[in-house]
Amino acid sequence: MNPRVVLVTGVSRHLGSRLAGVLAADPSIDRVLGVDTVAPRPELAAVLGRTEFVRADIRNPLIAKVIAQAEVDTVVHMNVLATPLDAGGRTAMKEINVIGTMQLLAACQKAPTMRKLVVKSTTAIYGSSPRDPALFTEDAEPRSLPRTGYAKDAVEVEGYVRGFGRRRPDVTLTLARFTNFIGPRIDTPITRYLSLPVVPTVLGFDPRLQLCHEDDAIEVLRRATLEDHAGIYNVGGAGVLMLSQAIRRMGRPALPVPSPAVSLVARLLRGTALVDFSPEQRHYLEHGRVADISRLHREFGPVTRPTAEAFADFAAGSTSRRVVADLSRSAEQLGLELLARRRTTSPGAVGA
Amino acid sequence: MPEAKILQLEPRESRRAQPEPAPDLTPEAAPGADWEQRLAHGLAFLRRRITGDYAIDDFGFDPDLAEHVLLPPLRPLYERWFRVETRGLDHVPDTGGALIVANHSGTVPLDAMMTTLALKDHHPAHRHLRLLGANLVFTLPVVAPLARKAGHTLACNPDAERLLTGGDLVGVFPEGFKGIGKPYRERYKLQRFGRGGFVSAALRAGVPIIPCSIVGAEEIYPIIGNAATLARLLGLPYVPVTPTFPLLGPLGVVPLPSKWIIEFGEPIETSHFGGAAAAEDPMLVFNLTDQVRETIQSTLYTLLMQRRSVFF
Repeated sequence: MNPRVVLVTGVSRHLGSRLAGVLAADPSIDRVLGVDTVAPRPELAAVLGRTEFVRADIRNPLIAKVIAQAEVDTVVHMNVLATPLDAGGRTAMKEINVIGTMQLLAACQKAPTMRKLVVKSTTAIYGSSPRDPALFTEDAEPRSLPRTGYAKDAVEVEGYVRGFGRRRPDVTLTLARFTNFIGPRIDTPITRYLSLPVVPTVLGFDPRLQLCHEDDAIEVLRRATLEDHAGIYNVGGAGVLMLSQAIRRMGRPALPVPSPAVSLVARLLRGTALVDFSPEQRHYLEHGRVADISRLHREFGPVTRPTAEAFADFAAGSTSRRVVADLSRSAEQLGLELLARRRTTSPGAVGA
Repeated sequence: MPEAKILQLEPRESRRAQPEPAPDLTPEAAPGADWEQRLAHGLAFLRRRITGDYAIDDFGFDPDLAEHVLLPPLRPLYERWFRVETRGLDHVPDTGGALIVANHSGTVPLDAMMTTLALKDHHPAHRHLRLLGANLVFTLPVVAPLARKAGHTLACNPDAERLLTGGDLVGVFPEGFKGIGKPYRERYKLQRFGRGGFVSAALRAGVPIIPCSIVGAEEIYPIIGNAATLARLLGLPYVPVTPTFPLLGPLGVVPLPSKWIIEFGEPIETSHFGGAAAAEDPMLVFNLTDQVRETIQSTLYTLLMQRRSVFF
């Protein structure tokens, strides 16, 4: 059941290009087609290997021709954008995400050679609210459906994917809902946020973060492409970090901002193009979101590393982390030495 | 004195290895070395906090913080102020999941904290009670993250079952706000026990239900009135008026020093009912709910009879 011709959408971005590169390195696959509207940046193009780049817009019916001509049997859909900055505005982003998916799925439905569809989705579809259970299972019903931005797009994309699954039951369908990505190379709103010199947080809240290492994400998508794992899977690391804990592990100071001023700070950050904050991320920064990954580990084995380990790989590059760790360690050592000296100089104090 | 150095460094190393250190019940070192050892512990604790070098579980429970910051200020209240007496601690298993169901009272959930301390300090296995809290708790700033760090989570069936099947000791107050915010004249009269959600969670997990009766908490802040309009304005279930609050201002926040008794009753086994199928049987769930409620109510009356006075 190995796929022969694989088509990867969103190949000009970090995860897409890396996955295409990994698949291209697998000799069991005949062809790997990479689709995107813009050519990959040179440093990403290097990892693509023998991937054939097709400059096409998935919003255009042309994509159907590509699929039909190349006799594509496996499609990996990774072209759901998380940030408006990537797309050049929220309208364009919504169009790429929702209309793009519709067109792509319509093309897939028509293709007789189609055998497998892998879709990259997000746990953001569960929303973030104080009334949610501590961990979301794949069949959890969210208390507050996301109403804006990326998460809403993802909800709609999943709706179309489910529709596709009903109309083409012969196609193996894998839906991977990823938590926030982290890693030394990937660039996402959360990595930018945690790399800020002073990290603004919402006063009085400390969300739990669950993170997925970029390499693990690639591995899950690779195995979903090569093997048959039909179903919906939450993908992320086991365990959580509190936001405050993550900031401390980065060696950064946190700046608690009162709730009413949060949107102002978010706008400032967006204005400087440092971090692209959207409204639903504010709820995330208040209540967090953790998904139950036991189904993933049952089906794929222990394929993701724990959140803390994934974060450590990201934080390893932070100099402030090392400085704070060294300083606090030596301060502790100094305190202990002072204590010890006090005991040796005044032995009477011990007996007293 | 080379020995002194070893004494100070040892706990630091061992603490880092295990996420949940046992409480320091054995200060076996020389009496003078005690505070120095504590200072060394304090330094290690500070370093862990500053560098984020501690482990939390999926629910956000932070044993390191609970042990060293959240619980210690409650101990004087437990030992000196309320002089809590525990009974039937042997009914609480040393390992494995169990659901502790208790009556709720006292305007402020001090009864929850005292029950936590009773099990943490006085149970032979030093078990940490994971409480199920109302929605409101997780909506409020400051309170919400503190509740998570203290090991509590939202009162909903998925969370309760996850904790119980994971072998945790879970505590629940099915009366909720109806119990904790009831007027003083209705003291020790159990309110409605929710919809029996706690029973179905225990049935699904197949763990015993342990009825727990708390006497003394009703008298700490006797509610004689409720500022309903203000409560609605603030989005709170009630704003209590007690003999001392708000009359005496901040002084009204001091609870009355009533004498407390916490009794853990005979466990009600649920494993033989047949798990998830039994949880779908509303009649069984109602009957068990009633049984638990009756047990707590009758134990409350017995304890009240035995009590010499409210304060001694």
